[in-house]
Order: sequence, then structure tokens, then C-alpha cells
Amino acid sequence: MPKRFNIGNTFLAIALGLCVIVILGAYNNKLATVNVSGFGADTTQWPTSFGFGKPATQQQIMAWDIDVRSDGLGLPPGSGTVVQGRVIYNTKCMACHGSLEKALPPDAKLPAPVLVSDSTSKVKAIGNYWPYASTVFDYIRRAMPYNLPGSLTDNEVYSVTAYLLNANKIIKADAMLDAKSLPQIVMPAQQLFINDDRHGGPEVR
Amino acid sequence: MAAPKYVDMESQDNKAKEDQPFTHKKISRRLLLGGAATTAIVAMQSSLGKWIQVSAQQPLLKIDDPTKRIGPGPSVAGKRSPFEHPVRIKSDTSSRTPLQDLYSSLTPSDLHYERHHAGVPLIDPEKHELLIHGMVDNPMVFKLTDLKRFPSVTRTCFLECSGNFRSGKETMNPQEICGLTSQSEWTGLMLSTLFREAGVQPKATWFLAEGSDAAVMTRSIPVKKGFDDAMIVYAQNGEAIRPEQGYPMRLLLPGWEGNTCIKWLRRLELSDAPFMTREETSKYTYPVKDRIRQFSFEMDARSIITYPAYPNQLERGWVEIRGIAWSGRGKVVQVEVSTDAGKTWNAARLQEPVLDKAHTYFRYLWQWKGDETEIMSRAIDETNYTQPTLQQLIDARGSQINGYHMNPITAWQIKRDGRVLFKYIN
Repeated sequence: MPKRFNIGNTFLAIALGLCVIVILGAYNNKLATVNVSGFGADTTQWPTSFGFGKPATQQQIMAWDIDVRSDGLGLPPGSGTVVQGRVIYNTKCMACHGSLEKALPPDAKLPAPVLVSDSTSKVKAIGNYWPYASTVFDYIRRAMPYNLPGSLTDNEVYSVTAYLLNANKIIKADAMLDAKSLPQIVMPAQQLFINDDRHGGPEVR
Repeated sequence: MAAPKYVDMESQDNKAKEDQPFTHKKISRRLLLGGAATTAIVAMQSSLGKWIQVSAQQPLLKIDDPTKRIGPGPSVAGKRSPFEHPVRIKSDTSSRTPLQDLYSSLTPSDLHYERHHAGVPLIDPEKHELLIHGMVDNPMVFKLTDLKRFPSVTRTCFLECSGNFRSGKETMNPQEICGLTSQSEWTGLMLSTLFREAGVQPKATWFLAEGSDAAVMTRSIPVKKGFDDAMIVYAQNGEAIRPEQGYPMRLLLPGWEGNTCIKWLRRLELSDAPFMTREETSKYTYPVKDRIRQFSFEMDARSIITYPAYPNQLERGWVEIRGIAWSGRGKVVQVEVSTDAGKTWNAARLQEPVLDKAHTYFRYLWQWKGDETEIMSRAIDETNYTQPTLQQLIDARGSQINGYHMNPITAWQIKRDGRVLFKYIN
């Protein structure tokens, strides 16, 4: 039988080839679309929202939002004095941090950090190292006393803060602290703080 | 962590050993045999050519030959060989990874370093919630099950405490010098995914991350990092994250000091200013000349030779020097090793794949001929930063330097008798 040119098969081959090109093209278009969204590995676009989780209630936010910023944002109502703070400190803080009125023996080892310092002190404490008074309030309220964190009332926290700031010679003995007066305190160490200026590269900083 | 000096590691070492179920001394024949009797049944051929079972006396069997005894069957959870006992060294507030006992860049989860400020909280994931609020369009609350439904990501990177350099005596091992670094494969979601869901407002420049421990640990983080590569992770090395590492979820900021990666994460508050919490003012800051450097986030490039190191005893001949190198600013591009006290340096081989912001294992072949010398390594990262000497750090920051962000070149003295000792500088 003589060999015949099979025109049907040729058409089939061309048609198949075109199909492959069209499919590849579509695939590439799809990839390109997905890449624009920045999530190249995904097969579909991300929704505006996944809808997981639930809206936070104002009640939950208020219960947890205990932080106090250095400008005083977040300070609660209430107030406290140095005199009141002294009583609370001696009852609830002194066991670990030591008395702030009697000088410690030079070799004394306290279970908790020393809290009083000034410009001549070797030790870094509130008086010579803490840049903001708000931090004293925030930290006592969230984490102290160590054995009963979060147990002090806001008035008690204001009072202990006042007592500590007075012991560090930052406020006067008759001072009263509240949401208005506390952010106005300028701590001696504030001027010392600089932001990180390391940025990689050959220079050691 | 402020004191760079050595503090009574011996007593802590002993404590750590007490916690271990096995020590070499306690491994008895009874343990290895599983309490087997002194006689055993063996098969023997009788004079009639029949196989019979007889009771054989002990000397017939080689009891310590594992090919002659069936071992225990499968178990629901594996344990280390009783011959291996890598342990963390613990203090009241931290524990250190035994870097010298690891063979690659990954840290087994139970050996990951710890640093916590009021203990490890016990958290029921059913009750735990993550709140995101402040400068967001939609304040939201998420359960762990909610977070797991978001598109997830897996990433391997190191985590290092920024107070990770101790010195003070020759007999210190890598774990004691800088064991507050570990590496895991973390899985979770990108923080940017959550930011997008909550609708972070353009005016938000910082966010507060808060933990659910008794310290209610807080740090302020720039929103930019949150959109860059920050994650909320709930898994570590393929399983749920360990309690000591933040179960059920923690913040992971690749390359940044460990303290910023808030564990037991319960709250994110978007803000237009940092909050100036205790851990970013009176702690995790350090003197630089007459100033105090704050928000010092990235961990600079560093390396340490973990073999040979104290207390190894070196033998003459070929030695493969091994160690880890890492940088919080990207990939380690080169590790150089000196075997002549820093006079000449040669490139070590880096184990592939070299990952971004990850421990990178390095090796360097050396022939020790018995001479007294010092060996050391230095890491170079992709920003072209070279790990400095302690003197370079002092020159840059002043003599009031404290223990934060100290990444000096660490050298080992090789004595003529093969002893390896830490070269500490007073």
C-alpha cells in the first residue's frame, strides 16, 4: 500500500498544540493575577476579611487595657500620697526590696532590685536610670507585689509610686499623685536616652 | 541579665543534674536488660537431632549484646537514649541551651533556652484569647482555633536573649558563655494577616505586645516590623509550642532580641507612640559612652566554636572545628576561623541551606600538631558586618558596657596537653 500523507493527523496535532498554548497562557495569566496580590503561592485571591474571630467588646478591652503611656494616656482615676505609700511599701514591698529609710549594709543581698539611686550611685535604679515616672506606675500595677501581682488598688499604686519617687528625691514629701500630676514629672535620666543607632554594615557601634 | 560576670554556675549545674532521670553512674545492667533474670531459655539440639529448650546459665549468653536479645517494642512517645543526657543549665529566671551537645543548627524543643520574669503560666488554650485593639478599625478577639484557620507559614530562625554573654573564668563551656540562643522551626500566621483583619489604621506606628504571665510582660514594637516579617506562632518543631516558649501562642520577631517576642501573647494594642514599659526603659537598654541606648532590637552577627571547647580534651591530628553563626540582620555570608590566635583567618564551610536570621552550622578542618594556640571564629553577615572583638565593642560603647547586645569574638585556648579553656578577658 502506497504511503499517504495523513492530513487528518496533522490537523489533530496542530489543534492539540494550540490547546496546550491556550492552557499554558491561561495558567500564566492566573499566576500573574495572584502575584499582584503578593501571595504567589496561593491559588485564589485573599478575601478582604476571613471573618475569623469575633468583635471585641468594650468591656473586655477595658478589663485588659491596663497600660500607661509615658504621656499619661491610660492613667486611671484616683490618687495617692507619699505618706500613704510608705505604709503600703513597708507592708507589701519591703520584705524583698528592703527598707528605703535605713541604709543597707554594703554587702547586703536583696531578693529584688534596689529601687533608690541618684547621680552619684553606681547602682542603676529609678532615680538615675528610669526615664519616665509613668513606667513606675505601670509596672507596679501590672506585676507587683511579686507574690500577688495585680492585687493593689489604683489608689495604692499611685501612693507607692509617690513614695518611691520621693525616696529618689524626684517629688516632695507632701506631693499627691494623680492622672494629671504624674505625667508632668520629668525624670533625671530622660535626657540620657537615645534610640538605637546601629544599622548593620562594617561599622561597630 | 545585666551582669556580664560569671555567677556561681556550679550550684546551678548540680541542680540541673538532679532533675535528670539518668546519669552514667545510674545505668545498671538491670536497666539495660529490662530487669531480666540471670538464667535464660535457649534452644539446643539433642543427641537425637531434636530441638529442645533447656535452661542455660548466664555465661552462655552475651547479655550486653543487642543482637542476642529482643528489645522493647514501640511506645507512644519516644525518649532519648539513656546514654545521652543533654541538659539545660538553670537559674531562678533562665535556662541555657547546651550548645556543645548539639550537632546541627536546630535546638530540640525541650532544650530551648528559657528566660521568664514571673515563671511559666499554665494556660488552657480553650480559655485563652488574643485581643487586638487601639488604632484599628475592628477591635477583635481571637481564640487559638481562630488563629489556626488563617493562612499559615513555617519559618526556621534563631531566638536569642539580648543579655547573652558571660565571662569571668577559663572553665566555662559554650552553654555557660552564650547558651541563651536556640533555634526552632516555628509555625503560625503572619502578624500582617491579623493586622489586615483588624484594619490597622495608617496613624498607628507602634504596637504594644502583652503576655498572659504573672509579669504581664509588655514591649512596644514598631508597626513596620509587624508588617515586615513578624509572626504569631503556635507551633514549634512540628508540635504545639512548649509552655516555656509561650504556649499557646507567642509573638515571633525574627532576628530581634528574645524579650520582644512576647510569650503567652494575649493582647496587641496599636498606638502612635511607644509605651515606655519597664522592659524597654530600665531593662534591655545599655550605656553607650555618656548615653543610654534604647529600642536596640536587632541581634548583631555572632558565632561561637562549640567543638573543640571547654571541657574537651584535644588529641593531636585532624580536628573538625565546629560551631554556629547567626545574624539578626539577615543571612550569614561567611564564617572565618583562626587557629593562630587571630593572626590569620580562613573561611569555614557553611552547612546549606543558609537561612535568613538563623543559626548556621559551620565546620573547618584543622590539623593540630600539639602547639599551644588559640582558636576562634567570626561571623560576617549580608550587611557586611563583621563580628567584633570585645575591645572593638568597648571602643565603640565605652567602658561602662553592660551585658546587653554583647557579641564579641569568643576564643578557646589550646594547651600543650590538649586542654581547651575559655579565653576570657577581664
